Parts: sequence; structure tokens; C-alpha cells
Amino acid sequence: MQTSPPSTHGFADQFFAGARACIPVVLSVAAYGMVWGVLARGAGLTPLEVLMMSGLVFAGSAQFVALDLWTARPATLPIGPLILAALIINLRYLLITATLRPLFRPDQTWKGALMMGIVSDETWAMTMLEMQRGRGTIAFLLGGGVLAYVCWLLTTLLGYMAGSAIADPATYGLDFAFTATFLVLLFGMWKGKADLLPWAVAALSAIVAAHVVPGTWYVLIGGIAGSLAGAIADTVRHVD
Amino acid sequence: MWTSPQALAAILGMALVSFAVKALGLLLANRLPRHGFAAAWLRHVPGAVLASLVAPALATGNPAELLAALATALMYWRSRSLILSMATGVLAVYVARLALAG
Repeated sequence: MQTSPPSTHGFADQFFAGARACIPVVLSVAAYGMVWGVLARGAGLTPLEVLMMSGLVFAGSAQFVALDLWTARPATLPIGPLILAALIINLRYLLITATLRPLFRPDQTWKGALMMGIVSDETWAMTMLEMQRGRGTIAFLLGGGVLAYVCWLLTTLLGYMAGSAIADPATYGLDFAFTATFLVLLFGMWKGKADLLPWAVAALSAIVAAHVVPGTWYVLIGGIAGSLAGAIADTVRHVD
Repeated sequence: MWTSPQALAAILGMALVSFAVKALGLLLANRLPRHGFAAAWLRHVPGAVLASLVAPALATGNPAELLAALATALMYWRSRSLILSMATGVLAVYVARLALAG
């Protein structure tokens, strides 16, 4: 594992490389952004609230669940449940940002923590892939992150303004863009047969959890079960 | 109307907990040992999280998603291109849903 980013690449080069590499996954972000904007209008958010939610919360799945709880009348707005739902849905980020540790030197911990706000599932996955290939830098992560952030802000607003003029993405199979993207990113991470056990355990646990537990707990449950299975298998085989 | 104090409180609260969880993941990871079991565990997290994100969406009981996943995998195997594979998957699920519905 590398502990410091290679110094042969400049910050700007890596920043733009990250943004460029993330263009395909940001297309999937854009599709979801449009849908969220359309639904936000239906849920009674004001344009300023759309801007603040996308700009400050910046978490797709949490924002979708928030729309279910949202009320147009401020007096009935369930503030506590909205915050609690955002917390629970985003708990998977404990695992996700933990894996970015090799990007930062021990003395960069707090600086890194501040940067984590811009991390999303999509740009994290692209950065992980880059790290597995022995590259991957803080600038790469930020480049993809900034692109996804700007795109999310613009498309949620666009969806809000266009309203129901935009059709349901499931009609054109666009809802599958997310699944297809992450499937390909998973293939890209394949290193050998040692991956089979953790991935199978993760997939099965996630499928069972998705049926039994509401919300996005299945990501956390599958992620923990699969990674523990992998670590136990490594320990048994004495690999490190 | 621009916004309300209640909506502002809800959005700021949501923003705060979302950021806190993301920051905490990295801060906690930095306290983990860099060798041995903890390091092995952390190394397996990305694949496990990705598999968990994808699996329930494929196991919907609807063959359209499985067929599309197969098409995505084939395209990735042939082309190694993320964008081509993604487009293939979207097109395949669209066609498969039409075919299976009709």
C-alpha cells in the first residue's frame, strides 16, 4: 500500500485526470439528479431548499428518502426524523471513506477528513480502482468529486425546473445505469480467486439484508460481512 | 417563499450528520493498525461494498436485470470500457424489459 501520492504528477494533471475518469460515472449521477429534482418539486421544496439540500447534504440516497418525509408546510416538517434518516442511510460512508486512508499521510488526517464531504459512491469507486492500479491521488479524488458535485447541483436544479417534462428514467432503462456502472467497477477490482469468497459473502448478505431490513443497511451489512470473510480467509492462509 | 426556519434546520442537520459520518470513516481508519487483520479487512472493504451495492439490484427476481448484467459483463470483457459497458447495460435492460413485458 502506498502511503504518499507519487510526486511525479502535478496536482492539476491529477485533478483533471480524476475528472476525466469520472465522466462515465457522473452520467449516472446526472440521471439520478434529474429524477431527484423532479420529485423534489412534487414534494414541495422551494428552489433555494433544492440548492441547499444538494449543495450541503450532497448524498443521493439520503436526499431521496428525505423527499418521502418532506412536507410543504413548515409546521409539520419532521426535522428529527429527517436528520436521523440521513444519518442511518449515510452510515455506509464509514466503510467507504475508511478505504481512502492510503491516500493520506498520517499528518494529513484532519485535512483529509475535511475533504471527505465531497466523496460520493461513484467517485470513491473510480478512485479505488485507480489506487488498485498503483495510482490514485488526493487530487484525482478531488477532481472526480468536484465534477460530480457540480453535476449533482446542476441536474437536481434542472430536474426541478423541467418538472414532469422529464419522463421516469425506468422507462428507458436509465435506472440500470447505476447498477451497470458499479458492476463494471467491481469487475475492474478483480485481483484473483481470493476475491471470490468475500464478494460472494457480501452479495448474499446484501441480498438477504435488502429483503429483511429497510433502507440502505444492506450496503453496510454486506460490506462488513464480505470484508470480514476476506480478512479471515487471508489470515487462515497467512497472507498479508 | 424562499425557505422556512424548520426546513433550514432540517437541511443543516442532514448536512452535518452526512459530513460527520464521511469524516469519521477516515478518522477511525487512521486509528487502525496498518498490518495484520485490520489491514486485511480494510483491503477487502471496497470489493465487498461494491458487491453489496450491486447484488440486490440484480436479484430482483426479474430476468431483465440478470440478462442486462450479462450483456454488461460481456461488453466489459471485450472492450474494457466503462462507458461502453454502461451504455450496453442500459440498452440491454430497456430491450429485455420490453421483450419480457410484451
